[in-house]
Amino acid sequence: MIPNNHITQRTNLVNVLWDIQKKRRFINKDDIAKIANEFDISKTELEGIISFYHFFHFKDAGKYTIYLNCSTISKLHNYHEVKKAFEDELGIKMGNTTKDKMFGLFKTSCIGLSDQETAALINYYPFTNLTAEKARTVVSKIREGQSLQSICDFPKDNIQYKPKDEKKTIFFKPFKMGEGLEQLKDLSPEDVIKMVEDSKLSGRGGAFFPTGVKWKFCRNNASDQKYIICNADEGEPGTFKDRVLLNTYPELLIEGMAIAGYAVGATEGYIYLRAEYKYLKDRIDNAIEKFKNAKLLGKEILGIENFNFNVKVFMGAGAYVCGEETALIASMEGKRGEPTTKEYFPVEKGYLGKPTVVNNVETLCAVPRILEIGLKNYLSIGTESTPGTKLLSVSGDCTKPGVYEIEWGMKLRDFLSLIGAKDPHMILFNGFAGECLSMVDFDREISGENLLSEQIQFQFKDPIEYAYKMSGVGLRSGGSFMVFNKSRSIISILKNVTDFFVAESCGICVPCRTGNFLLSRKIDKIKLGHGNKADMEEIQEWSHIIKQSSRCGLGKTSTNCLLTAMLKFPEEFEKLTQNESNFNGSFNINKATHNYDTIIQEIESTYD
Amino acid sequence: MKEVKFKIDGRECTALKGQNLIEAAKANGIFIPTLCYFKHLNPLGSCRICTVKNNGRPIAGCTLTIDEGMDIEVNSAELLDLRKAILEMMFVEGNHFCPSCEKSGDCEMQNLGYETGIRYARFPHLFVDRVVDARPERIVVNQNRCIKCKRCIEEIETNDGHKVFNFTNRGNQTMVSVDYEQEAKLSEQQAEHAMRICPTGSILVKGKSFGKPFGDRQYDFAKADTNIPLTDLKKHIKKDKKKKRVATTSLAGCFGCHMSMLDIDLGLFDLVDIVEFDKSPLTDFKKFDERCDIGLIEGGCCNTDNIEVLRKFRKHCDILISVGECAIWGGVPAIRNTLPLEDCLKEAYLDSLTSEENETVIPNHEDIPKILDKVYCNHEVVKIDYHIPGCPPNANHIWNVVKNILFEEDYSITYPEFKYD
Ligand SMILES: Cc1cc2nc3c(=O)[nH]c(=O)nc-3n(C[C@H](O)[C@H](O)[C@H](O)COP(=O)(O)O)c2cc1C
Ligand code: SF4
Ligand code: SF4
Ligand code: SF4
Ligand code: FES
Repeated sequence: MIPNNHITQRTNLVNVLWDIQKKRRFINKDDIAKIANEFDISKTELEGIISFYHFFHFKDAGKYTIYLNCSTISKLHNYHEVKKAFEDELGIKMGNTTKDKMFGLFKTSCIGLSDQETAALINYYPFTNLTAEKARTVVSKIREGQSLQSICDFPKDNIQYKPKDEKKTIFFKPFKMGEGLEQLKDLSPEDVIKMVEDSKLSGRGGAFFPTGVKWKFCRNNASDQKYIICNADEGEPGTFKDRVLLNTYPELLIEGMAIAGYAVGATEGYIYLRAEYKYLKDRIDNAIEKFKNAKLLGKEILGIENFNFNVKVFMGAGAYVCGEETALIASMEGKRGEPTTKEYFPVEKGYLGKPTVVNNVETLCAVPRILEIGLKNYLSIGTESTPGTKLLSVSGDCTKPGVYEIEWGMKLRDFLSLIGAKDPHMILFNGFAGECLSMVDFDREISGENLLSEQIQFQFKDPIEYAYKMSGVGLRSGGSFMVFNKSRSIISILKNVTDFFVAESCGICVPCRTGNFLLSRKIDKIKLGHGNKADMEEIQEWSHIIKQSSRCGLGKTSTNCLLTAMLKFPEEFEKLTQNESNFNGSFNINKATHNYDTIIQEIESTYD
Repeated sequence: MKEVKFKIDGRECTALKGQNLIEAAKANGIFIPTLCYFKHLNPLGSCRICTVKNNGRPIAGCTLTIDEGMDIEVNSAELLDLRKAILEMMFVEGNHFCPSCEKSGDCEMQNLGYETGIRYARFPHLFVDRVVDARPERIVVNQNRCIKCKRCIEEIETNDGHKVFNFTNRGNQTMVSVDYEQEAKLSEQQAEHAMRICPTGSILVKGKSFGKPFGDRQYDFAKADTNIPLTDLKKHIKKDKKKKRVATTSLAGCFGCHMSMLDIDLGLFDLVDIVEFDKSPLTDFKKFDERCDIGLIEGGCCNTDNIEVLRKFRKHCDILISVGECAIWGGVPAIRNTLPLEDCLKEAYLDSLTSEENETVIPNHEDIPKILDKVYCNHEVVKIDYHIPGCPPNANHIWNVVKNILFEEDYSITYPEFKYD
């Protein structure tokens, strides 16, 4: 029963795996044989796909699977005590399942709840602001048979700020369904693209590619079928603005996707939703339904000739790298979520080989607003290169964590006081793939003005030169803003960052796959106080090697924080490093002979 | 297709628009090293060895197609070192014991090691325990040597279109798994094809060996006497000056490096005119008499005695040199590093072919050194000033390095003079 549209079938693979994972709590050998047969692929190929995703298990993950966020912001709060509480209460260690298969306890990377950490997902229901006590209560409530639905904490939106003047607000203000679409009656697709281009809207997923240009490329690639994909994978640690947008204005997103579809000539849209946000799926599906009922999705929308568009949600399965657009497409096609070599961009050959636009949630949400308020008004907000507003997800040592809609151009210093940052020392700006900011950056503005090329930005060796050259350079934010005060250990944060990339590397290329692991070990060495100056130099050298030779954005950015932290907080490292010595402090003879001693002791005791 | 002009390292080149850079460079007489790139397969872009710069931006050369006016950088010092670093990373990630590898001599990875002039890996070897899977019908997959280039995954299919190999897991846990059911469908030719396309010794066919066990690397042709002459030693003989003192030792090594040192034959007579030996197996002096200028260490540290000796050498020598692969990263003795110590001891003393049940014990006594949990390379234990690679390094090569350091002469060794396997 092998259908000849084999490749389209494959797109259903992840869904099929989800069904089994949910039903049985793991995917067993028989399932694998059955599915492999059904999809006509080899079992190993299937296992390759299953093992790629964090949320698919080969062993029983428990009727209640707990995923506790182990990211740095969670650790800032109650991670350790919550972990211990879960472990004690369930009688298992992290990474295991109870004997009765009731509970599984696993750690997971940032789940997009940094404003209400420590947080965990239990069967994808969110539990926020956890303490040891709350963790124990949750477990006992589950044991009593209370439904997860009833005891979970639906995440607060925590919208802390938007421009005082509603005219300057883009995202967080009331929205009327269909208002943007209505305007398409008078606009040709080319007009829409021109408008988006003129608005200077650029990718809010962090790469800042000009959205209008992307759409134009896609429009110009003739094809019988094109796709719009909304990237709602929001995997960058510390980011959660897309979560808030999806929860508050899913209509805005759907409308943005339909407009994109109209502009490039695509008829199908997908929202690639990260598994961690499964609790938002109903909300989005309802919004889609509303659009359909209002005939704002479907065939000949608003009577506009040839304007057909539909939207579906595709569930991810736990892989940060699937936020990278080519990996995301591979994942949707039912393959391992490995980024491609970029011989073709998605706008040339994307989903199922067809021209595809991949845009971030925030990017797509901005589009209907530009139509709504008009290009002129939009351009009057923000700065010259970056008009409009930006959503920032704020977490860490501040009194008001949450989402901020700010006008581009705000000074970092003002922003810090806005969020109530107490004594800020270090900021992880743009997430783990971003950079570290320190006091020298506080007078810079949050915008895309006067940017320097990547190459220059991460080449500075001298902090004074850095301060001088970068003072007028804007801080272009993707959305994640984690602030830390002086009491936090920078090296521990960097260790968490590096370990994140070790866990999330797709494994294709050696610099990222092994380079980050080698760095993680080096950081351990420094943390233990065994490092010296040569180790510090090696960290820098190795970081550049990884940055230069990695295949995709993950490896290229994985060492940004490390490099910028070393530039800006040299004293933090110096206090941990030793002077060079002829005898390596990291070699410990007692440790090196410990195994032997125990083996011999065991033997001796059997003689007695 | 249109012919276009572009530049490699400043040189004008021409190629057809859209041609692959690796091919275009070759046609213009420029070699760009590759490992995963394979004839008809779409560029895999997995190994990153071919990294070049296109208009200043680093990119895998095999994924680039030529366009008018491209400015490509291939052989800058930075890129040469970058490629070397990537290769070194592959070596430390896997477990490459070339002297015991079937593919040695005909291995694309090893060839590149020689080609790029790797002396020693700047990264610590990871010694991860990896599977050697002999369960398949025709083939054996030795994960120790797999570099995850993806060639086998893309290339090898059964006649009915199923993948035989695929990646499983992700990140640094990624490995190439074999589908036993599909593998059984492969014909002998197909299996051999898999072995041939693998750029390392990871895929082997049972009962087959490589046609070319020894290859044509440059050192295979270099004659010993034309290697590096030790001619001008005599000019350093100064009656009034104190002779330089040298000490040597063999730790966890095979004494091969010491044999190699003796290989300078008559050169030894010249040598003793300028240097004096202190503690060394060559003199059989057991203790240090005086402070030494140079200490030569063969072998790494596998037991507490090695550690003690090494530390003594550090204390008594101004300059310490690791000689040979075992000293530099563990070498053959470090094969045990991927296994728990307990298993090694059991295998050696209790379960070996020659030991009788309940007749043998794991030796232990306060007078015998304790075995360390793994073999440590010397620079993990003390500061090492220089490394002389090779398994073993060539004699003239060793003494020339020593002479150069002692008398501060300029000196260089080119890659054909190294031999690691
Ligand atoms: C490792 C990696 C992870 C990424 N994760 C995300 C993500 O979670 N969400 C997102 O919108 N973009 C992410 N991106 C960026 C996407 O590749 C892509 O640029 C973006 O979705 C394009 O949309 P935009 O132009 O609207 O930003 C990621 C990129 C990389 C390299
Ligand atoms: S850089 Fe990392 S995530 Fe990207 S392709 Fe390479 S291994 Fe995969
Ligand atoms: S010959 Fe090649 S595959 Fe074999 S150990 Fe050496 S480098 Fe690795
Ligand atoms: S087994 Fe060989 S061909 Fe396959 S990925 Fe590993 S090194 Fe490449
Ligand atoms: S040869 Fe280009 S990446 Fe391997």
